[in-house]
Amino acid sequence: MATLETFETNLEAVRTRITRTNTAGFTDTIAAVIDDPAVGVELPFEDLSLAETGVVCNPTPTQLREAACGVTAATLGVADYGSVILESTPDGAELSALFPETHVIVIRESDVVPDMTAAFETMGERFREGRNDAVIATGPSATADMGELVHGVHGPRETHAIIVEDD
Amino acid sequence: MAADRAQKAERIRHLLATEGASVEENARGFNDGRYESVARLEEYEDYKDRARAIKEDAIEHLPDLIEQVRETVEANGGTVYLAEDAADANRYVREVASDTEADTVVKSKSMTTEEIELNEALEAEGSEVWETDLGEFVLQVAEEAPSHLVAPAIHRSCEDIAHLFNEHFDTDEDLETAQELTDFAREYLGDQIREADLGITGANFVTADTGTMALVTSEGNARKTVAVPDTHVAVAGVEKIIPTFEDLQPFVELIGRSGTGQDITSYVSLFSPPVSTPPVDFESDEPIADDPDDREFHLVLLDNGRMDMREDDQLRETLYCIRCSACANSCANFQSVGGHAFGGETYTGGIATGWEAGVHGQDSAAEFNDLCTGCSRCVNQCPVNIDIPWINTVVRDRINHSGEDGQFDFLVEGLTPDAEPAGLDLQKRFFGNFSTLAKLGSATAPLSNWGADLSPSRWLMERVLGIDRRRELPRFERETFVEWFRNRDVPRSVDADYHAVVYPDLYTNHVRTERGKAAVRTLEALGVAVEVPDVASSGRAPLSQGMVDTAAGHADEVAADLESYLEAGYDVVVIEPSDHAMFQREYEKLLSEEQHESLADRSYEVFEYIYGLLENGADISELRNADRGATEEIAYHSHCQQRTLGLESYTTAVLEDLEYDVLTSDVECCGMAGSFGYKSEYYELSMDVGSRLGEQFETPEAADRTVVASGTSCLEQLDSLLTRQPRHPITLIEPPKS
Ligand code: SF4
Repeated sequence: MATLETFETNLEAVRTRITRTNTAGFTDTIAAVIDDPAVGVELPFEDLSLAETGVVCNPTPTQLREAACGVTAATLGVADYGSVILESTPDGAELSALFPETHVIVIRESDVVPDMTAAFETMGERFREGRNDAVIATGPSATADMGELVHGVHGPRETHAIIVEDD
Repeated sequence: MAADRAQKAERIRHLLATEGASVEENARGFNDGRYESVARLEEYEDYKDRARAIKEDAIEHLPDLIEQVRETVEANGGTVYLAEDAADANRYVREVASDTEADTVVKSKSMTTEEIELNEALEAEGSEVWETDLGEFVLQVAEEAPSHLVAPAIHRSCEDIAHLFNEHFDTDEDLETAQELTDFAREYLGDQIREADLGITGANFVTADTGTMALVTSEGNARKTVAVPDTHVAVAGVEKIIPTFEDLQPFVELIGRSGTGQDITSYVSLFSPPVSTPPVDFESDEPIADDPDDREFHLVLLDNGRMDMREDDQLRETLYCIRCSACANSCANFQSVGGHAFGGETYTGGIATGWEAGVHGQDSAAEFNDLCTGCSRCVNQCPVNIDIPWINTVVRDRINHSGEDGQFDFLVEGLTPDAEPAGLDLQKRFFGNFSTLAKLGSATAPLSNWGADLSPSRWLMERVLGIDRRRELPRFERETFVEWFRNRDVPRSVDADYHAVVYPDLYTNHVRTERGKAAVRTLEALGVAVEVPDVASSGRAPLSQGMVDTAAGHADEVAADLESYLEAGYDVVVIEPSDHAMFQREYEKLLSEEQHESLADRSYEVFEYIYGLLENGADISELRNADRGATEEIAYHSHCQQRTLGLESYTTAVLEDLEYDVLTSDVECCGMAGSFGYKSEYYELSMDVGSRLGEQFETPEAADRTVVASGTSCLEQLDSLLTRQPRHPITLIEPPKS
């Protein structure tokens, strides 16, 4: 199976919704999928921006608390697991990915790698170049500690991957 | 002694009744999930080997790695403190808390902070400490100790927790479902996190080259604990350090699968603190990212006995443990009673003996060490290939040697002097010297059997030795298997292609002689020249009592008794799986490398051998029922140690070749485990474990099948569980007696 298909199959298996889009359709797609109020941090990708989408970048603590939705970028996707690599940034990507009910993850098709081996190679390089923190996130937050599996504990209850196809 | 046993039995009975159901459902769920999840991972065995190699290397170079971590973490802007023991670590964290004026401290789950009882230390200084992992939060409210390494409140059901919360928090409306309980806890703990001045985490791994902590979680509380407060303390045992960032990869692939059976947990956080995320002050109205607050990070590396464990040739392996919980989840006894029966001061189940002996001392390990029956089912499940039963045996041996001088030494006749200390528990000595008793039993049978069954003597056995009255005792045969073979008038084959010794294990020789005879007839029918010499017993019995020196003595004798046969090109065929496992696994520790190899390479479990003969052209039509036309249905329970060695399939393959329809059990262990099920303090636990096997063989699909089992213990247990008389598989296939 092609890497992207494997990625999508596994995203679904870990309860992550998928919307495919491209650079031209990106702004409209985001505007359509987010729940208001939405917070986020600006994307580190050329040609993709959250301006004009209704997402509040650089929120205050209150805005963070009250947000229904957080939009952040993923550095990598790991096809075998349906995982995304979320890097922390000084503008608080980790917070927008963590506090709101829904996390909308923007990932470029070209950043999907087949497996953990490939992911760790790239992450290793980035960490050595000075990146400090990343989370390998797979599906929504979950617990079985209350006697049954429940989604949405301290982290998001829902995850939604926006895959931006290569132009 | 008798009173201690009664007390222990009572405690186990209580736990079976109160926590057993919830523990069983969860632990077996994790265990089944693990089998499924690792089966999906193509490179599973390779990853295990890699993980093991990384840990071996890391522990060997630990002092250097500690220095490297100090350098990288300090270069990143954090502080490293190497704490000698619990008090030292607690003092340091308390100082951080007081310097940062931390009124509210939030924690993510960390067994290492449980080990040093950090919460109590912080609370004593006036900080309010909140556990944000929901399982830990439940325990904090209930004021209980964790019962599991990964899922600490595994012993509590949803109704249980609802009851606890409704009473404790006096909520407006009663909470009922897991969803409602989770939502409540999320809100409640969310407030604490927003207030928090200090966040404390553990670390599953620390990489020396980048100063990165890996935290394996699912709820998101660890992420918040790190992100929100501006000060972060991570407490990690020194053994958590691995050399490089890339070394994390095999562990990330293995840890979730091995633990709860998830391919990966929701979050694996990789932090090289101080993290780049800006801290959040929920009282401020400024955009978060503009807050100029600096972050502070302290890594507390805890020794607390670990550096001594590193010097200890037997306990060192414990430091490779990544605390995934697979050993506990695959443990049949743990599945029944859970960590509160298995618990030392902090760690519970499986490898806990090693941890407790290392960090809290032998006394803490002593209480529950017996619950490891050496079934070895955990061995293949451990992602770093730790020989967990061996560590349990070694600790048991050390506990035996630390006892006071006993007074019962000469009360029971027939116990030979052994290499063990005088203070050794009499019950242990009795079971450990079972070979002497068996010899005596055969010599005086049938009298010995009558004597043993008379109720006053059963009463005495229970009082003095702790042998449960409800167990049927083995019935000794007057003519041993070895004697039968010697007295038999059958000419030896002169031009046989194969020569084999059938090993007269203790039970086959004295109690279940029919299976030995069947094995001889079967092998001879397949063209093997057989010998049954008088060979010493394997030492399995003393080893399982932790009598390592005595077991080593047996191993030497066995090696000496078999030496000339091995030199003459004989194979060794073993009927009893636990003895076969001795030769293959434990003898590696008890004999020289050369001795062990020559025996292990040439010894075979009996069906493994028969399978090999048939594959190499032996004539299957010599065996019984080879062409009887009708299919016979059987239910087969392999033996725990046999399965660990991957040998179950030979028996099923041979039986299926002979047109048997074979249904197999999939429980980890029958619960009898040699002497374990005889001991009065463990009888009920043994039966509870056995009931899972019993139930499998009572299902409509299995209820009419002939029951077959390979191990002596399994046969005894099945005999007590079912009305059908179980048989050894060899008796199904032996050729018709001429
Ligand atoms: S000993 Fe092995 S199986 Fe047991 S917790 Fe440690 S790593 Fe896991």
